[in-house]
Amino acid sequence: MSKKKFEILESRCVPLPLENVDTDQIIPARFLSATTREGFGENLFRDWRYDKTGNKNTDFVLNNPTYSGEVLVAGKNFGSGSSREHAVWAITDYGFRVVVSSFFADIFRNNSLNNGLLPVIVPEKYLKNLLALIKKDPSTMVKIDLGKQEFSVMPDGEPIKFEINAYKKECLMKGLDDIDYLLSIKDVIIDYENSRN
Amino acid sequence: MSKQTLFDKIWDSHVVRSIEEGPDVLYIDRHFIHEVTSPQAFAGLRKRGIKVFRPEQTLATADHNIPTKDQDKPIKDEKSRIQVEQLAKNTAEFGINYFGLNHPNNGIVHVVGPELGYTLPGSTIVCGDSHTSTHGAFGAVAFGIGTSEVEMVLSTQCILQPKPKKMRINVNGALGKGVTAKDVILYIISQLSTGGATGYFVEYAGTTFKAMSMEERMTVCNMSIEMGARGGLIAPDETTFEYLKTIPAISGRADLPQLIGKWEKLKTDDGAEFDREISFDASKIKPMITYGTNPGMGMAINDTIPEVDDINPDTSASFLKSLDYMGFTPGEKLEGHTVDYVFLGSCTNGRIEDFRAFAKLVKGRKKASNITALLVPGSKLVEKQAREEGLDKILEAAGFELRQPGCSSCLAMNEDKIPAGKYAVATSNRNFEGRQGPGARTLLASPLTAAAAAITGKITDPRKFL
Ligand code: SF4
Repeated sequence: MSKKKFEILESRCVPLPLENVDTDQIIPARFLSATTREGFGENLFRDWRYDKTGNKNTDFVLNNPTYSGEVLVAGKNFGSGSSREHAVWAITDYGFRVVVSSFFADIFRNNSLNNGLLPVIVPEKYLKNLLALIKKDPSTMVKIDLGKQEFSVMPDGEPIKFEINAYKKECLMKGLDDIDYLLSIKDVIIDYENSRN
Repeated sequence: MSKQTLFDKIWDSHVVRSIEEGPDVLYIDRHFIHEVTSPQAFAGLRKRGIKVFRPEQTLATADHNIPTKDQDKPIKDEKSRIQVEQLAKNTAEFGINYFGLNHPNNGIVHVVGPELGYTLPGSTIVCGDSHTSTHGAFGAVAFGIGTSEVEMVLSTQCILQPKPKKMRINVNGALGKGVTAKDVILYIISQLSTGGATGYFVEYAGTTFKAMSMEERMTVCNMSIEMGARGGLIAPDETTFEYLKTIPAISGRADLPQLIGKWEKLKTDDGAEFDREISFDASKIKPMITYGTNPGMGMAINDTIPEVDDINPDTSASFLKSLDYMGFTPGEKLEGHTVDYVFLGSCTNGRIEDFRAFAKLVKGRKKASNITALLVPGSKLVEKQAREEGLDKILEAAGFELRQPGCSSCLAMNEDKIPAGKYAVATSNRNFEGRQGPGARTLLASPLTAAAAAITGKITDPRKFL
């Protein structure tokens, strides 16, 4: 089943300069009882966004109208912890299409790529500067060019290369799905099974 | 042939095809599912109009969301009930074996798989749950996956997966009195940090692991993910085979001698190379406790929380935020600090040996009056065995109650929540903010340390009681 294609994105950024943000923070377990993929965005970072009585925490970045955009810029080791794909669904449902960090947890990165959310890894120092820049000027625009595998600060920042597996890149750019691919090689899978027996 | 690690041997023999500059198509022998991460995958199958490819290789249990009391009555929370009913419906429709609530084999997915003999050496195992690494204790390549991948396995029995790098963690020597497998893994994570093994698949080797029981090995492998590792495994040996022989589904197999012959070959070749290798000395490890909000923030129980100056300046903001959440200060000593809750259970420490250890320590003593205790067996079989061994009586005499199995307070999706601001010594695997309920403060430790806290009402070195 085809997904939304990703080529070039130009957007403002939302900064989250915390390290080790785990999936329990991204979407707390008590919101995992849904049986569909939709609607998780409402509860993205729930316990940071709202206080105990359900009022908005005005100092949390998602409640700060100064910041907006489809790019989340987060501290090192983003997405550690549980394998819940709900974390990625919450981030995409909220409206993000890219997460930038210096380091991602493995399962989170796989889950992102399987849902059209692009994890962009930049060096630690670059990330620090970027966070400082966004803080100084919340209207800072960035450009993500997936084809060229380049991330840059607009209008004239030096582009920086990011890594992505060639297969996953093609899937994202063409909006393709892993399951379609696996279903298309079913004969090969059956041959493999037979060869083991 | 070149020298191979155990991980290479298992992984390579399950590669159906390698995509050029892409991931491997990895064949999955066993797939476990539960109510929380599977509904959207079944919805995907329906949307595509396809069936489950190999239903007999998948096993389902309800664990994450279920109550641990009155399991014979309908689940009160409506959303949880719907999720469990949905799993029953999905497994019936797609022909998958399901251990629902009240089934004698019900329990936490990572406790049930091994105890029923579904987890075998040399196999590939996945589940939509990051603690699937538990099964690595049997010498299997086992790891957690997301829901899109659950859908891949249901539809083709394969997933697309880049091969991780390899790390070996050696621990040698005998453990001191009161030092358990949980302390060993908490120690390793505190040394490596919570992202220290990201991108790696870990093999645990050395005399310390060799001397461990299967339950203890499962505790170790279980927490591999807490240092970011894709999974962790231990080469199968006599201990593994003896354990497997006690399981009816295995002991009855006519091909058991051949199987064991095959399993005996599952080890890393001498001279095989790892991308990273580290070693620790078992005698240095003490009973551990965590003080922060990730499992890497752990220390010996009689130690003090680090000072800000001891922390990498880049992480000091996160460090202070974490201590603020916990209500601790840098340099503070935790021993003697009041505790409100004790949780014994989860796929890390909800097995029979954990209940034996806890019961042994509290035997003849009394639960502290300020403590609320949640003692939750990992499965129906664990519960049954605990009762058969009379552990329930020992616990009751000391003022405790044995509950019914489930994930319970490990992730607090059911009503077993720790109230905001309260301290819980928990034998589970995660101390994240809000993991045990909004505002809950979790201190991870071994069942012995949990037992010591339960009778003193404070953070207490369990060695005082041994
Ligand atoms: S006990 Fe906790 S960690 Fe284990 S499967 Fe259940 S929720 Fe996950």
